[in-house]
Amino acid sequence: MQTSFRRPSILPGFWPAFIYTIIYLSLIVLIPLSAEFFKTATSSWDHIWTVVTSPQVVASYRLSFGASIAAGLISVIVGFLVAWVLVRYEFPGKALVDALVDLPFALPTAVAGIALTSLYAENGWIGQYLAPLGIKIAFTPLGVIVALTFIGLPFVIRSVQPVLADADQELEEAASSLGATRWQVFTRVIFPLIRPALLTGFSLAFARALGEYGSVIFIAGNLPMKTEITPLLIVTNLEQYDYAGATAIAAVLLITSFILLLGINVLQRRTRKFMEAA
Amino acid sequence: MSTLAVQAVPAVKRDPIALQLGLTTLALLALGLFIVLPLVAVFVQAFAKGWEGYRVAVQSPETLSAIYLSLLTVGIAVPLNTVFGIAAAWAVTKFQFTGKNILVTLIDIPFGVSPVISGLIYVLVFGAQGWFGNWLSDHDIQIVFAVPGIILATTFVTFPFVARELISLMESQGTDEEEAALVLGASGRQMFWKITLPNIKWGLLYGVVLCTARALGEFGAVSVVSGHIRGQTNTLPLHVEILYNEYNYSGAFAVASLLSVIAVISLALKTFVERRTGQESP
Repeated sequence: MQTSFRRPSILPGFWPAFIYTIIYLSLIVLIPLSAEFFKTATSSWDHIWTVVTSPQVVASYRLSFGASIAAGLISVIVGFLVAWVLVRYEFPGKALVDALVDLPFALPTAVAGIALTSLYAENGWIGQYLAPLGIKIAFTPLGVIVALTFIGLPFVIRSVQPVLADADQELEEAASSLGATRWQVFTRVIFPLIRPALLTGFSLAFARALGEYGSVIFIAGNLPMKTEITPLLIVTNLEQYDYAGATAIAAVLLITSFILLLGINVLQRRTRKFMEAA
Repeated sequence: MSTLAVQAVPAVKRDPIALQLGLTTLALLALGLFIVLPLVAVFVQAFAKGWEGYRVAVQSPETLSAIYLSLLTVGIAVPLNTVFGIAAAWAVTKFQFTGKNILVTLIDIPFGVSPVISGLIYVLVFGAQGWFGNWLSDHDIQIVFAVPGIILATTFVTFPFVARELISLMESQGTDEEEAALVLGASGRQMFWKITLPNIKWGLLYGVVLCTARALGEFGAVSVVSGHIRGQTNTLPLHVEILYNEYNYSGAFAVASLLSVIAVISLALKTFVERRTGQESP
């Protein structure tokens, strides 16, 4: 049993480390997480269906998915531009700029939430210039997109950067020496190279955006049917002691995220193979 | 990054200087607008009522108790996840066994779970209607809507940080050095302290920094399991929310600025560690 389970090694400590890992993983992650599914399974299918298809919840899916896709797309465009500049060009302060890219990972979401709200409110630094144009960002779906872009941007930049840095520039040289225009080199050589990384970055940003809570709830304003995100409805149900409702919505969100993560895993494996082959 | 600087780009195919300037300006503007401006706003608003207002907000008893609870949470969650990270990375990277990939995937699960759900699951286990709800109330033990729940939810959210960092680092280091030490007569303990730990110290520090930053800043999960009791179950981010919702904006931003300073320090540490190990960011 032992020999077939693991390859023999002279290094000590496999069993203590392995058993500790399994026990701790089960106690902190697996058992509590399974509670979510057991709890959902105890309510009737009809009840679950009624909850997850109620108009308020459906409106929240529309906002959460829509805003996450929009924020992901903005992150892809802006993130690609930033990654390109950071990899290909030299400018003073580049190391500092590169470090700042990770700020949304490090800044607590609640802090980001109130800061963005204050910037984009009608009297805020940015909001005051948009208000005369009739553009409202805080307390509208646009605000949700702004917050999710803040959260999503680093995912795209950090996915694209290493691929762009590793990309063999000889390919581009070959293309241009064979008469390709700059635009052709970009669309036919560079873009196909980084497409998997862009897709990975988008999916990571999207997956994170779907579940995001802290940075969104302040700027969203949480108006029923208009600016309520799905995670907020889980909290609202919990606060009303509607555990069945909360777990049903949570199940939808969890299953979606797991499917997404599975897809990302496959994507990343493909990117890695691609990079190793290159 | 540094390798890129020396990579010779043939002059013929370098982008024209106007394009370079234009794109760089655009990228910096975008980063400034999306990422740097919110940080600046935090500090400017924190001092909206001057130093005195800042001092009062930061030194209020509620803020101090929030700082205490945040530090307590970090002090328990981070060491737990660090020990776990080392154990998991040791088992996963130094040995070959069946189901290894599944184990690595399971360790990453908390990254894919919405913070709100990370809190919810502990309510389902320990709450009044939860699995152990009756037993806990019979024995007068409160876990959710109290400090233990906050610590548990934070531990869940920050679970993979150290493990993930160490796994990718130790995977690349292989087992040669440890095997050599053992063959030369070192005990398991000597091997760990003299070979493994020095090899992984920067990666370990990096993981601990990420884990600490996230543990201090976690909001959604903690918000669900905390009872929102002022001065008792409020961590710093929850305190920011309460002040903000009371329209005490300068107070909220003052407390937020404390968290922002920690975020900036953790970024600086992260950059420093990356330079030391010469590894690219993930």
